[in-house]
Amino acid sequence: MSDGDAMGERFREFQRQLAERGDPAGPAAGQPASRTERGVREPGSRDWAPQTQRARPGDRGRRNREAINVPPAEFSSYYGRPILKPPVWKHDIAAYLFTGGLAAGSSLIAAGADLTGRPTLRRAARITSLGAVVASTYFLINDLGKPARFHHMLRVAKPTSPMSIGTWILSAFGPAAGVAAVAELGPLLPERGVLGLARRVSSPAGRIAGLAAAATAPALATYTGVLLADTAVPSWHDAYPDLPFLFAGSALVGASGAALIAAPPTETGPVHRLAVAGAAMELVAERRIEHGMGLSSEPYQQGLGGRLTRLSRALLLGGVAGALVGRRSRLLSMLSGAALVGSSLATRFGVFHAGVDSAKDPKYTVVPQRERLERKGSAPGA
Amino acid sequence: MVSAESLFGPIDPAPDAGYVDAPPRMGFFTDTSVCIGCKACEVACKEWNLVPDHGLDLLGMSYDNTGALTANSWRHVAFIEQPRPLGAESPALAGTATGPSGSAHLAERASTPPGVPNTDPGLPPAPHPGPAAAMAASPEFLGMPGTDLPGRQERAGQRTDLRWLMMSDVCKHCTHAACLDVCPTGSLFRTEFGTVVVQEDICNGCGYCISACPYGVIDQRKGDGRAWKCTLCYDRLRDNRVPACAQACPTESIQYGPLDELRERAQRRVERLHADGVPEARLYGHDENDGVGGDGAFFLLLDEPEVYGLPPDPIVTTRDLPDMWRRAGLAALAMAGAAVAAFVGRRSA
Ligand code: SF4
Ligand code: SF4
Repeated sequence: MSDGDAMGERFREFQRQLAERGDPAGPAAGQPASRTERGVREPGSRDWAPQTQRARPGDRGRRNREAINVPPAEFSSYYGRPILKPPVWKHDIAAYLFTGGLAAGSSLIAAGADLTGRPTLRRAARITSLGAVVASTYFLINDLGKPARFHHMLRVAKPTSPMSIGTWILSAFGPAAGVAAVAELGPLLPERGVLGLARRVSSPAGRIAGLAAAATAPALATYTGVLLADTAVPSWHDAYPDLPFLFAGSALVGASGAALIAAPPTETGPVHRLAVAGAAMELVAERRIEHGMGLSSEPYQQGLGGRLTRLSRALLLGGVAGALVGRRSRLLSMLSGAALVGSSLATRFGVFHAGVDSAKDPKYTVVPQRERLERKGSAPGA
Repeated sequence: MVSAESLFGPIDPAPDAGYVDAPPRMGFFTDTSVCIGCKACEVACKEWNLVPDHGLDLLGMSYDNTGALTANSWRHVAFIEQPRPLGAESPALAGTATGPSGSAHLAERASTPPGVPNTDPGLPPAPHPGPAAAMAASPEFLGMPGTDLPGRQERAGQRTDLRWLMMSDVCKHCTHAACLDVCPTGSLFRTEFGTVVVQEDICNGCGYCISACPYGVIDQRKGDGRAWKCTLCYDRLRDNRVPACAQACPTESIQYGPLDELRERAQRRVERLHADGVPEARLYGHDENDGVGGDGAFFLLLDEPEVYGLPPDPIVTTRDLPDMWRRAGLAALAMAGAAVAAFVGRRSA
């Protein structure tokens, strides 16, 4: 591949790209001026300071409120290239964050419904939980670079690896949720013979399995916050105190939404309260993440991460309001439920993208670390 | 099994990982002040470790067409040009009336390439073209490869003195290696020499280590799916041989040896440079009280770390892991509490 001809071709291609993309010679408009305007102070790219970029004037309604606590920053970088490797995780992981939360929240609802005698709600929530946990497993395996080696996760149990812990949580939760859902088939079995026996044990077995799933559910819904936070990705790591709360809240919201879609209003009273509680948790955590982390908050306000975060909040408020107002109407409940499910999905994708964006731009790595050094009052070495 | 101490602070990693009678910790000291940018280390590493070719591309920003450490480049020679005379040398370009062969415009276009890059794996582009342009904007910039003839542009004849910074980057073999901490398969492990190595027959390509490394070193190989990085030539070390890059380096910019010795040597070198009038010389990654407990591969730099694409103050993410689990525990309790309250709250609803 790397013979002389290939190199020549690359070179010609490079020139073609240059020709296509702009004026053939001379500096591009604007950019290089910064150096001369401000004098050559320090070699390198110190003079470039795009961090002062504010929310664009066209950004309706949120002009200066955002980015206001973000200090204007100058920093050097290696030709503007990222320092960190952006996560190689695909959308599978964002989707998994959602389905994992949905499975966890649903199994809590199922257990509550079981214990308080709400059979339709219980059935719907158990089936949702199983479906979501199956989807979770698919997403997790599909995201691997070598999916056939999924079982290598089971070689070790490592407390320092949230992914290892998560695999074990999922391995405990999955079968329990599975048995609870399959137990719902009990009433369909004949009353006599071996199958009759199975029919009779199905209800207690379902309850035990359902309670076991519910006991592991909170861990399943919150460990994902640690999974993302335990990385060098600035906007994920800095959010570590709040991500588990955000994900716990979002899991309750998503599962409540699914329950509102599937169960009749006569049984969803507790689901409404759960949706409100989940929404409150999510909104508080989200607010802290969106405004309390300095520069690392920026990706939650701008770009795709920002848009998804705002979408999730709009759906959340609309969904909760709709669910409360329309609590007697099946149709309104279903619509509100769909909004809540959508909100949970948007929350997860928003967090995912905010993190990826923060890893792709060197400023989120360099500027906070520089500030930290300045606070410590020492440069490295020297 | 894991104590808070083994997550942060100065330790000797091999005994901490459970080795008894471990040999002394081995590492690299890369003295960039004598690097000539020949890339012999990049080549030697590829040859010895059978690292696949990383494709051919012109990055248009400098003599560096490797771009970054990737799954297919375990040594990367960074190249920076700055307008600054070095020490007491006579002006290098006095009397030459030539113009730049590179330009801001060129660097800017090249830093955010359209379409698919030619390298494998494709290098992440810069999010904004500005910095590359600014780095190349000075009239002194010689950044290669140029597509304009010297003297053709309007700034012809404005060149002044400059210096070239070259630095062979590599995996830092951190004392507290985030990649190793988070690996869920046990594929990454600590060797008896205190280095960090991926086992290619175990790695399942989960990608966790890639997001965890505070230096952006370890990377996924496209098509293969697994994570790859410098092994500090584990096979050679076990044979008492010097790693391939250090062996190939013609100027001893890459020095290999017991870490204690290297740290002393580096200290002497930096003092010498300060005495010789290079006040900007500094060590990077040598301090065992830094955020990663010190690097097994550390550097002598002539400018801020970020100029070379290094994070100025990296902290191993797992330092905060006990706190993270605590917060997750609280959140889990809150979630369970909400569920109980919702169902017990008003039975009549
Ligand atoms: S530099 Fe990155 S890849 Fe190398 S040991 Fe440290 S954390 Fe791991
Ligand atoms: S990609 Fe491989 S080496 Fe990296 S954390 Fe996953 S299993 Fe471990």
